[in-house]
Amino acid sequence: MSTTPLNDRMITGEQTYAAMDQNIGQLVLNQRIHKRAWFIMFTIGLLGTCMLATAITWLIYKGIGIWGNNVPVSWAFDIVNFVWWIGIGHAGTLISAILLLLRQQWRNSINRFSEAMTIFAVMCAGLYPLLHTGRPWVAIYWLFPSVNILGMWPQFRSPLMWDVFAVSTYFSVSLVFWFVGLVPDLATLRDKATNKWAKIVLAIPSLGWRGSAKHWHRYEQAYLILAGLSTPLVLSVHTIVSYDFASSIVPGWNVTIFPPYFVAGAVFAGFAMVLTFMIPVRAMYKLKDYVTDRHIDWMCKITLATGLIVSYGYALEIFYSWYSANPFEWDMTFNRRFNGPYSPFYWALILCNVISPQLFWFPKMRRNLWVVMFVCQMVSIGMWLERFVIIPMSLTANYLPASNKMYYPTFWDIGMFCGTLGFFTMLMFLFIRFLPIINLFEMKDLLFRLISGEKAAVAHAEPVGAGE
Amino acid sequence: MPNLWGRENKVSHESNEPVGPYAVVAEFGTPEELISAAEASREAGYRKMDAYSPFPVHGLSEAIGFHCNKVPFAMFFGGIIGTFTGFTLQWYTATIDYPMNVGGKPFNSLPAFVPITFECTVLFAAFTGAIGMFAMNGLPRPYHSIFNAKGFERASQDRFFLALESTGKGFDIGAATNFLNTLRPISVSEVEH
Repeated sequence: MSTTPLNDRMITGEQTYAAMDQNIGQLVLNQRIHKRAWFIMFTIGLLGTCMLATAITWLIYKGIGIWGNNVPVSWAFDIVNFVWWIGIGHAGTLISAILLLLRQQWRNSINRFSEAMTIFAVMCAGLYPLLHTGRPWVAIYWLFPSVNILGMWPQFRSPLMWDVFAVSTYFSVSLVFWFVGLVPDLATLRDKATNKWAKIVLAIPSLGWRGSAKHWHRYEQAYLILAGLSTPLVLSVHTIVSYDFASSIVPGWNVTIFPPYFVAGAVFAGFAMVLTFMIPVRAMYKLKDYVTDRHIDWMCKITLATGLIVSYGYALEIFYSWYSANPFEWDMTFNRRFNGPYSPFYWALILCNVISPQLFWFPKMRRNLWVVMFVCQMVSIGMWLERFVIIPMSLTANYLPASNKMYYPTFWDIGMFCGTLGFFTMLMFLFIRFLPIINLFEMKDLLFRLISGEKAAVAHAEPVGAGE
Repeated sequence: MPNLWGRENKVSHESNEPVGPYAVVAEFGTPEELISAAEASREAGYRKMDAYSPFPVHGLSEAIGFHCNKVPFAMFFGGIIGTFTGFTLQWYTATIDYPMNVGGKPFNSLPAFVPITFECTVLFAAFTGAIGMFAMNGLPRPYHSIFNAKGFERASQDRFFLALESTGKGFDIGAATNFLNTLRPISVSEVEH
C-alpha cells in the first residue's frame, strides 16, 4: 500500500440512502450472503461454547478444586480472565458514548459492532466471579442485596461489592443503550423485508417505530443523555475493578496509578479486539466503503495513544516501588517481575504492550492490515499477560514458608478460557448474521451531512485555486 | 400498505372511531424539502402535523412546532431516585439492620458508599430514560394509521414524509391536498384511519 495521505471521507463509493440499506441490510435479509467463512467461524465458536459448557458442568460437579488456584493464589485464572474480558468491553462504550459526546462522527460505522462486543465480553466476564464463588446458585445472597432467612446483608464497604454493582449496572446500561440504538434500524429492516416471517420477527423488537419527528426528538434527547451517563459509568467500572487490587496492601497492587492505568489498558485491549474482528468482517461482507482505511488508521492511533498511557503506567509502577522505599514493593518489582520464575511473562508483556504498538507511529504500518492484525494480537496477549503479572505474580509464594509453591493453571483453567473465547466468537457471528452490524440511521445522518457539506462547499468554493 | 404484522389492514370501525381520513400525506426526496414543506405548512396555518424521516433531521421538530423536555427531566428524577435508593440501601443495611464493626470504622461509612450510590444513579436514570422515551412516544404500538400511507415503508429507508393530520369536522381534505401539491412533493396521498 502507498503512503499517500488517506482521504478523510468517512464513507466512500457511490452511496445513497437506499444503497446503504441494501449493502448493510442484506447481511440480515439475504441469508445466502453468509458463505463458508461464516460457518467455519460459527462452528469454531460453537465448539468453544461446548467446551465452556463442559468446563462449567465439571466445575459445578467437582468444585473449584479442578482449577489450579492454591491458598495464596486464590485469585488466579478466573480473575485474570474476568479483568481481561471486562476490559475488552470498554472500547465499545468508549466508541459509542465518549466519541458521540466528542462529536467524532467516524464512530457511526463502528459503534454498533463494538457495542455488541461490549455486551458479549461482559457476559464472558460475568461468568468468572460468579463461578469463582464455587456455588453460584447460592451466590445470590453473597453478591446481591437480597432478603434472606439468615438476616444477612452484603458488606458494602468492600470493593468487591462495588464491583458487583458496577459490572451489573454496566451490563444493563450497555444493553439498554444497544437496544435503543437498534430499534430504528430494525424498523428499517422490517420495512425492507419481503419475507413474511422476517417481517414479523423484525416487527416485534422494532416496537412499531415509524420515524416520527416527535419520536426522533425524544429519542435523540434520551440517546445523548444515555451517552452522557455511560461515559462516567465506563470510567467507573474499570476504576472499581482496579480498586479490588489497589485498596489492598499486597505489594504490586497497592498503587494509586491503578484506576487510570486500568481504564487506559481496557480501551487499549478493546480497540485491539474491535480491529481483530472488524478487519476480516469488512472484507468478508464488502463493507470497505463504510469502514474505510481511514477508520482503521484512527483506531490504530487510539491504540497507540492508550498503549503509551499503559507504558507510562508500567514505568510509574517501577518508579513507585523504588520511591516508596518499601522493601516488599522493591522485592516484587526486582525479584519477581524482572527476575524470578515468572519473569518471562513480564518481559513478554513489555514486548507486547510497550514495544509492538510503537509500529503504529508509521503511517505505512497503520495501513498494512497484516501489521495491524499482528499488533492487535500482540496487544490482546499483552493485556492478558498484564493481568497475569498483576494477579498470580503478586500472590504466588508470599511471606510464609508454607506457601512457597508455584501457581500453574490446569487443563480446566485453560479450557474455560478457550471456552469463553469460543462463546464470544459464536455470539459475534450470530450478531453479524441476524442484526444490522452498522448503525443504519446514523450512517444516513452522516451521509446527509456529507452531502449537504459538499453542497455548501461547492456554493462557497473559490473559482481558482480550489484544487488539491 | 400492509401493516407491521404483514397482514392487510382491516380497519374495525368502532362507534367512537373518528370519521373521515386520518391525514393527507406528502412524500419528499430530501430532508431539506421536508423541512421547508413543514415550515410552509405552518405558515399556511396548519398546526396538527407530523413528519417522518429515516434518520433524525435537525430542525425538523422545530419546523413542525414540536418541543418536549420531559425525557431529560424524567431521567434526572430517575437518577435522583437511584441516588436515594442506592444510598438508603447501604445506610439501612450497614447501620440499622446488620451493623458490623470493621476495623473500628463508623457504621455509616459515607466514602465507601459513594461507588454503589453512583452506580444506582446511572442505572435508574438510564432505565427511566429508555423506558420513558418509548412510553412517551407511545411505543410499542404495532399499528398506526400512518402506515396506510402510500409507499410509507420507505419512510424508514430513503423518503421523507409530511402528514397534515385531520383536525376533525373543519378539516378540508381537498384544500390540504392542493396545498401540499404546491410544495412539489413526489406524491400526495390521503390516509385512512
